[in-house]
Amino acid sequence: MSRQKTNQLMIALITTIAIIVVIPVILVILFMFYNGLSALNWEFLTTAPYNGLRQGGIMPALLGTVYLTFATAIVSFPLAIAAAIYLAEYARDNRLTRAVRLAIVNLAGIPSIVYGLFGLGAFVLFMGFGTSIIAGALTLGILTLPVVISTAEEAILAVPQEFRTVSLSLGATRWQTIRYQVLPQALPGIITGIILGLGRAAGETAPILFTVAAVYLPELPKSIFDQSMALPYHLYVIATQVPGMPLSVQYGTALVLLLLVLSLTLVATIIRTNIRRHRQW
Amino acid sequence: MSPKISLANLSFTYPDGVAALKNITLDIPANEIFVIFGPSRSGKSTLLRVLNRLSDLVEGAQHQGAVTFNNQNIFERDVNVTDLRRRISMVFAIPTPLPGSIRDNLTYGLRMAGIRDVQTLEERVMRSLKQAALWDEVKDRLDASAFALSGGQKQRLCLARSLALEPDVILLDNPTSGLDPLSTAMVEDSLYELKRRYTIIMVPHSTQQAARVADNAAFLLDGELVEVGKKSQLFMRPKNKRTEDYITGRFG
Repeated sequence: MSRQKTNQLMIALITTIAIIVVIPVILVILFMFYNGLSALNWEFLTTAPYNGLRQGGIMPALLGTVYLTFATAIVSFPLAIAAAIYLAEYARDNRLTRAVRLAIVNLAGIPSIVYGLFGLGAFVLFMGFGTSIIAGALTLGILTLPVVISTAEEAILAVPQEFRTVSLSLGATRWQTIRYQVLPQALPGIITGIILGLGRAAGETAPILFTVAAVYLPELPKSIFDQSMALPYHLYVIATQVPGMPLSVQYGTALVLLLLVLSLTLVATIIRTNIRRHRQW
Repeated sequence: MSPKISLANLSFTYPDGVAALKNITLDIPANEIFVIFGPSRSGKSTLLRVLNRLSDLVEGAQHQGAVTFNNQNIFERDVNVTDLRRRISMVFAIPTPLPGSIRDNLTYGLRMAGIRDVQTLEERVMRSLKQAALWDEVKDRLDASAFALSGGQKQRLCLARSLALEPDVILLDNPTSGLDPLSTAMVEDSLYELKRRYTIIMVPHSTQQAARVADNAAFLLDGELVEVGKKSQLFMRPKNKRTEDYITGRFG
């Protein structure tokens, strides 16, 4: 076969495979829209379920997930920034650094149900928070750490070395250099990482199973020490535990969850594109 | 008059074992342009970086000997490094504005030193820009991004940024790299003006520039100090054969 023929064949092959990869994603989204769109309306989003969850909306679960996601961000943000600054700016190649990196890599590989059980043991029982938003947020916060720390570290390392050298040469201390040069420039990247991490956290069921989620609470949580409904768990319950559950409501709930996660990813992408466009160096 | 900076048996070795400076002893007088020249990789830039301890940033590097500045060895434990870097300020070969406005760049070092007084800052901005011959070009757009400046303007901005600290000594690592002859002349002219107030230690762009601007000069080769002397002597009647070979263009 001639080189040109091989070339054309390979391009065609690679393009086809690339399209095949995208198809399932598009199908899932279309399928959800097709089946779930009919259930979506203002009332669905703003009322609590009743009649054994079969009727009404998803408001407490939706808002519960929003609260939980915010609380997770508050847990995750300082931990991730501190860890990323340490790894990117201070860490030398020693045992402590290797241990931290190993821990982060392994954290990413832990099954989510294990996070849930850990959260139950550590936060709900040992620390005595009970089944509560704070226990769930701490659990989800740890779950998001690997993603958030590694993107934050990358964002910090992407700040050109020359800025650090110049800052130090002008008599700034190491911390001033990090605070006034590195972090402001890395922040959008760090925020992108956190939002991506939150996107994952918002959709998780297993970690919140024992730590925060309630099957049915007609009222919203009053503090972070209250239980809350949450969208992924609500979906799990109505899809498997409620006989005679209308399919459209199940798909509608799934669609809302999907849109919530997708919109988080979208926001992260928009921020990232914006940084690239406005970066001056 | 006692020298501004004295180097005594100064050696510097990079972590990979490369000896960049070998046993250098040198006196740098105050209020003149002291030029350090030599072929690439002869240790010129390393020498500049050691003088305000930017060399500390190289992890695992070793140094011996002493650098005396204001009657103190800069390597001693109780030396405040951030203070030292304000007193001996570095301008890099590649002009690197910090992200932010022209004014932000000029006031950065002062703000980091805790100076917040707006009037002081404004006054320093104006004076340093005038000293670096940049004032007329940027006075109407101090809040514009420093990245919008041309290459020659950035170079002078970086010079002004160091001057704003009102240091004792300015280290210039090839301050006219990538500049056209006109901008080079502008920078050189401002140096003659500046040496009245500051001690300037400079790695030149070329031997010609060294011969133009220097009061005293030192010739480095492979980390060794080959010869040091007044410009008239060093460039006209070098004592060392290697110096002569280099400045007459027989190598390097």
